[in-house]
Amino acid sequence: MIGPAIQALASHWRLHKIQLGTLLIGIALATALWSAVQAINAEARASYARASAQLAAGQNDELHMPGGFIPVDLYVTLRRAGWQVAAVLEGPYRTEDRTLRVMGVDVLAYPALPAFSEARDGATQPDLAELLTAPGRLFVRPELSAFLAGRPDLPPVIESDAVPPDLILTDIGVAEKMLGKPGQISRLVVLPVQPMGLPSLDALAPELERVAPSEAMDTAQLTDSFHLNLMAFGLLSFAVGLFIVHGTVGLAMAQRRGMFRTLRALGLPLNLLVRLVLLELTLIALLGGAMGLVLGYFLAGALLPDVAATLRGLYGAPVEGQLVLRPAWIASGLAMAAGGTLLASSQTLWHLSRMPLLAAPGLQAWRGRPGSARLTALCGFGLIAAGAATPLLGEGLFAGFAMLSGILVGAALLLPASLAFLLARFERRASGPVAQWVWADMRAQLPGLSLALMALLLALATNIGVGTMVASFRLTFIGWLDQRLTSELYVTARDDQQGAEIADWLRPRSESVLPIRRTELWHETGPLFLYGIIDDRTYRQNWPLIDAAPDVWVRVAAGNAVLVNEQLARRGSLWTGDRLTIAPDWTLEIAGVYSDYGNPTGQALVSMQQFDTHFPEAPNRRFGIRVVPEKATELAQALREQFDMPPQAVIHQAAIKAQSLAVFEKTFVVTSALNILTLGVSGFAILTSLLTLWTQRLPQIAPVWALGLTRTRLARLELLRSVLLAALTAIFALPLGLILAWVLLSIINVEAFGWRLPMHLFPLDWLRLLGLTLLAAAAAAALPAMRLRRLPPSDLLRVFANER
Amino acid sequence: MNVRLLAFLLFLPCAALAQGFAGLGTDAEGFKVPQRGYQFQFPADHGAHPTFRIEWWYVTANLMGDDGAEYGIQWTLFRSALKPLDSDGWQSPQLWMGHAAVTTSDSHRFAERIARGGIGQAGVTANPFAAWIDEWRMDGPDMDSLTLSARGADFGYDLKLNAQGPLVFHGDGGYSVKSADGQASYYYSQPAYAVTGTLQLPDGDVQVTGKAWMDREWSSQPLSEDQTGWDWFSLRFDSGDRLMAFRLRGARGDYTSATWIEPDGKARAIDDGALVAEPLETARTAGRNIPVRWRLGLPDEDLDIEISALNPNAWMGTSFSYWEGPVRVTGSHSGIGYLEMTGYE
Repeated sequence: MIGPAIQALASHWRLHKIQLGTLLIGIALATALWSAVQAINAEARASYARASAQLAAGQNDELHMPGGFIPVDLYVTLRRAGWQVAAVLEGPYRTEDRTLRVMGVDVLAYPALPAFSEARDGATQPDLAELLTAPGRLFVRPELSAFLAGRPDLPPVIESDAVPPDLILTDIGVAEKMLGKPGQISRLVVLPVQPMGLPSLDALAPELERVAPSEAMDTAQLTDSFHLNLMAFGLLSFAVGLFIVHGTVGLAMAQRRGMFRTLRALGLPLNLLVRLVLLELTLIALLGGAMGLVLGYFLAGALLPDVAATLRGLYGAPVEGQLVLRPAWIASGLAMAAGGTLLASSQTLWHLSRMPLLAAPGLQAWRGRPGSARLTALCGFGLIAAGAATPLLGEGLFAGFAMLSGILVGAALLLPASLAFLLARFERRASGPVAQWVWADMRAQLPGLSLALMALLLALATNIGVGTMVASFRLTFIGWLDQRLTSELYVTARDDQQGAEIADWLRPRSESVLPIRRTELWHETGPLFLYGIIDDRTYRQNWPLIDAAPDVWVRVAAGNAVLVNEQLARRGSLWTGDRLTIAPDWTLEIAGVYSDYGNPTGQALVSMQQFDTHFPEAPNRRFGIRVVPEKATELAQALREQFDMPPQAVIHQAAIKAQSLAVFEKTFVVTSALNILTLGVSGFAILTSLLTLWTQRLPQIAPVWALGLTRTRLARLELLRSVLLAALTAIFALPLGLILAWVLLSIINVEAFGWRLPMHLFPLDWLRLLGLTLLAAAAAAALPAMRLRRLPPSDLLRVFANER
Repeated sequence: MNVRLLAFLLFLPCAALAQGFAGLGTDAEGFKVPQRGYQFQFPADHGAHPTFRIEWWYVTANLMGDDGAEYGIQWTLFRSALKPLDSDGWQSPQLWMGHAAVTTSDSHRFAERIARGGIGQAGVTANPFAAWIDEWRMDGPDMDSLTLSARGADFGYDLKLNAQGPLVFHGDGGYSVKSADGQASYYYSQPAYAVTGTLQLPDGDVQVTGKAWMDREWSSQPLSEDQTGWDWFSLRFDSGDRLMAFRLRGARGDYTSATWIEPDGKARAIDDGALVAEPLETARTAGRNIPVRWRLGLPDEDLDIEISALNPNAWMGTSFSYWEGPVRVTGSHSGIGYLEMTGYE
């Protein structure tokens, strides 16, 4: 019995190849997007873990000097008291178009690093004498090696795959020269084995702060929010894909009711039938899942470079742009595909398992009953209320996402009821029988289309929400760039001495010369970059303050106050009027908070005089130059000639802005790509739903046709109906999308990046999206409409002869 | 022992790094080399000689605890120059390594320190004498009166050393030849320190007294290419005589050397070929077969003794690993001493 039953079940797919294709594509799409996101996240996390391992990071306690560096003498004091610590000096190293990170470790004391011991095939083994004595050696990845090769001011480079991207690993003696920080140590790693009878650290160096590895802000923590964002996108796409599966499986079951009845009448036990269908669905799910995995792999491979660029640019997170195929990823992708398919088919299977032996194979029996529609709407209300209430219960990213999903899913569940209500209104107002029929028919079609429309609603809302977020961010970012990058030219001198010469030379030739000096400090919230600024109208007029005390600039210039960036303010709850401890003996009142979208780390500004008193050794090589814009190019040329500077040492404001914007655009490439893909999937969901409905449309259309409406007109009405429903859904999606945008800007962004952005509205984008939606709906309806137009009248007539 | 010099070069933290140094035994690359007839200048020569490639201050002691147990301690400071110059800062080519150990009949505890000289983390000054790496120290007003301390994760010691006799110069007035090819080092010892002090062990402090031996040696080209390891003995006989003896094992045959030291400190160099050193028994330690019982003979001195390790497992599992521990002497002469063995794979 099993053999013939399987043959009978399989025959359906042979006859309905498009349906099978749709089902497979639905599963594949759901799996592809989900697993692409998973692959990207897994790759990024693996990169972090690899970087940690490559740098032996995150295993040991560390000693930091709050607000400063650790002098080498203090290190020697600790060592000579028995403390087994390893010195690390880190800092950014700027080249003309990239900022790299230099990590200098005491090669003799630091835990063994693979880069030092594993030379690349064919490369010469690093020689300890070369490594430890001048000029030293730099260890970088091969791609960076090409970039750094031939720079006369740098030590020779040794290629190693065991170094994270964009990092220069070297001995501390080399690093202090490259970074211009002689005698300075960023942190001390407390080694695992310590001698007995160690004197207490409080007695030896009370100024040092001991930090456990979990407390130090590491890349994984910093980027958690970013990965959560991606994951939410993946889940959304998965859900949308499942709508397709649900629709298609429902249709297939409906079409096979007669077959099921026959099989059972021939003696196939219900149990066995259900199990066979289950098996069939699982097989299809695995096949679709496998297709999805292939698709997802390529998708992830295509997106990963941009994600990597984003993570590096935004967080300095070391992500490699290459994808590795992981067995766990394949397994979880297939499991998601099978699980998702069975979940999407569960309702159908449930019905099947309860089907009376001789139930009429009518299609209406498949549909939800009015009671359940009301229940769905109620659930929707409940979810929205719960979602809106989440912020009351807790803060943080998860609360933000819980709120979002509550509102989104709730709104989706409310959609059918709302549409039905609207259509009933329209129907009452309609004049003429055809119009009345159109509205009534749409209402009748709603239950079958509702899932596809929900998918569309979600996709549209996400599109509007994320689009608004990105566009708001972009607008704010550009405005911020204009405020922050006010100098017409930016100059980087070779060294401090040339810096001083350049400043002297420029003074009579420009409106003002603004030194850019900074030093990296340690604050309890993580790394803190302290900048010194001179008193200049440029700052007073342009600096983007979001919170400020009166006469803020006067107080900063007088050395009585400090400005902090928004990230530091939010992370440390340090706002105007609070006090910031910059160094153990140096605390200033915060006079204002400025927005800062360039990086996720904390920053503070003090007067140059104060800065110089505390950090006289900080390099003084970079300057902003204010000059009449028309003269900028001329001055830049003169400067290059006068001091024999390479072109990249003098940069125009416009070039920096363009670079910054390029980084920004890259950041959101992935977001927009996922956005468009989601919309595409939901358009496909409408198509499958319409195709599903098509089979049951004939009995409804045939009487209207018989009453005199031509097939062409009917086909046109089909198109119109689809477009109308999509339009209504789009209108519902707008407020939902705006709520989404608000949550993203005010909750998720604050958590993820540490800044809160003003929301801007972009009605033109909405119009374009509406147009796109209508087009998608029309395209989805085109196939069924075309079929209707070409349908032989005999088929329509046959409706009156029998049920099918 | 000169051969430790090569050892130091091999010691450096990762094995791969060391490979670049494997050939260093044979050429001096701008470093000074020992000359026969050199006149030692003290206290200056107790200090460091940065223009020589390798150098050490090597103390071993046989001690008796107030608990009646025998103890051995080791305190070693090695200097290795990557280039023949001294400078300040991280990039100074002067590297330092310390080894310390406490050995009993059933335990062997050791620790290692590596540091750079340019930042003051390790170094040696001659007057007043101070040698240090991290918190390990050996210092005093002069070489005759020293305090010695070191700590590891599970041991520590604080000892006072008082010289009971003169310095002893090995070979030809301190010019000690190490191979038939003529490689040599400057090598002198203070073989007669009286020791008192305290050992800190996991079970508590132990007061100790006993005798210590210090070796001072520096060179730039210590080994012949074919030489693979050595066995080195410093022995104190109940008669008051002392013996320093080593055997360098090479593919072209062994090279031996010894110094017979009479109770008043008068030394007699014994040339290559006179020493008979024959392993009698090996023990399996750290995955190798190490000779832990030896027969040693010097026919001209009527010496025929058997030497056995107090603890066969005195393996120094440091960056460069070797066997070093206290020994007992029986036979024609009885006594105690220290044994070091390298190159047993």
